Amino acid sequence: MKTVDARGLSCPEPVVLTRKALQSKENAYQILVDSETCKENVTRFARSQGYNVKVTVKDDDIILDLSK
Amino acid sequence: MTEKKERLTILIAGLIVGVCGALLVKFGNPKNMGFCIACFIRDTAGGLGLHKAAAVEYIRPEIIGLVLGSFCMAFMKKEFQPKGGSAPFTRFILGFAVMVGSLMFLGCPLRMVLRLAGGDLNALVGLAGFFCGILCGVFMLNRGYSLKRTYKMPTLEAVAFPGVQAALLVLLVAAPAFILFSEEGAGPGALHAPIAIALVAGLACGALAQRSRLCMVGGLRDVVLFKDTKLITGFAAIFAACLVLNICLGNFKLGFADQPVAHTAHLWNFLGMVLVGFGSVLLGGCPMRQLILAGEGNTDSVITVLGYTVGAAFCHNFGLASSGKGPTLNGQIAVIIGLVLCVIIGLANSRKE
Repeated sequence: MKTVDARGLSCPEPVVLTRKALQSKENAYQILVDSETCKENVTRFARSQGYNVKVTVKDDDIILDLSK
Repeated sequence: MTEKKERLTILIAGLIVGVCGALLVKFGNPKNMGFCIACFIRDTAGGLGLHKAAAVEYIRPEIIGLVLGSFCMAFMKKEFQPKGGSAPFTRFILGFAVMVGSLMFLGCPLRMVLRLAGGDLNALVGLAGFFCGILCGVFMLNRGYSLKRTYKMPTLEAVAFPGVQAALLVLLVAAPAFILFSEEGAGPGALHAPIAIALVAGLACGALAQRSRLCMVGGLRDVVLFKDTKLITGFAAIFAACLVLNICLGNFKLGFADQPVAHTAHLWNFLGMVLVGFGSVLLGGCPMRQLILAGEGNTDSVITVLGYTVGAAFCHNFGLASSGKGPTLNGQIAVIIGLVLCVIIGLANSRKE
């Protein structure tokens, strides 16, 4: 499974990186972010690309599990 | 937040910002300038004596309110995060450049929308430039542009800026002799809504902008980049609300000539906003958004706001800022330099694919 570490990056970089990763068209990805705004933005984008998003909060990190 | 709720929040935030934009004029702010982050930071710089333009000296409570509104809301929603360290000096320079562009056009992206809602067609030329600037920024983002990661900061580092804003409010109210106020009739700095009204409007809009992530640059950027229309909903809502109120209040006047605090030098309105759009995409948000992020604990945005402030002071000390009569030669040179700097910063921070 491909992982994108977008922690600490400012908008819209996490979404740009996610979009780039999604080009490989796999069924599952893990995206790491660390702010509520980035979580919302990546989630919105992933859903628009047909992925389900599962959110897990671990300490300061937010883990977004994308799956088809 | 679900997607539907996100959209509703930004729609409401946009409508209220638009209403405040129109009403603050009614209460005394300059025409088509209910809010203008660039102009108001410039006025605050003047109030503190950082420049000597007697027409634009006043500590604007709207700015204080936006930062403190965002700070309080972020704190309540547990979104206050002390962080920073992502290329601070580069951000300072970009902030400086964005201010140069804003004062060439005479308005930040928010005032551009408010000017459009007042019928000022020069703002349409500005909007075209703004869009081109955003395209330049998106080009850099697609090349892999990044100012790298932020890191966790001590809490005091992040609380300091809201603290400074609170101190500015004390200075404004106490008005000691070293705080400057434009004299009546001197210019835009003398026109302002009562402190309490301006502060409450700022607080409300700051809190709503924090919740909704409202951003003028983000609106167009996300449409171009991801076909995502969330942020542009806010942009449209501000325009619609302010337009309707301006028509009701008799503040709508369609045309290019004789618009309040504006000039008709099309090329420079255009280029000024190219610089604002380009620089703001490289910064990750428009001037209003930077104030909101600064309130949320992002010290990189604090540095950006300091860049705006110093930029504004330089603009008036060196005659870079336009006036109703038009742009200055110094200002035109500064805008070109600013664009060159954006290209250099954009290319230098893009990783090769």
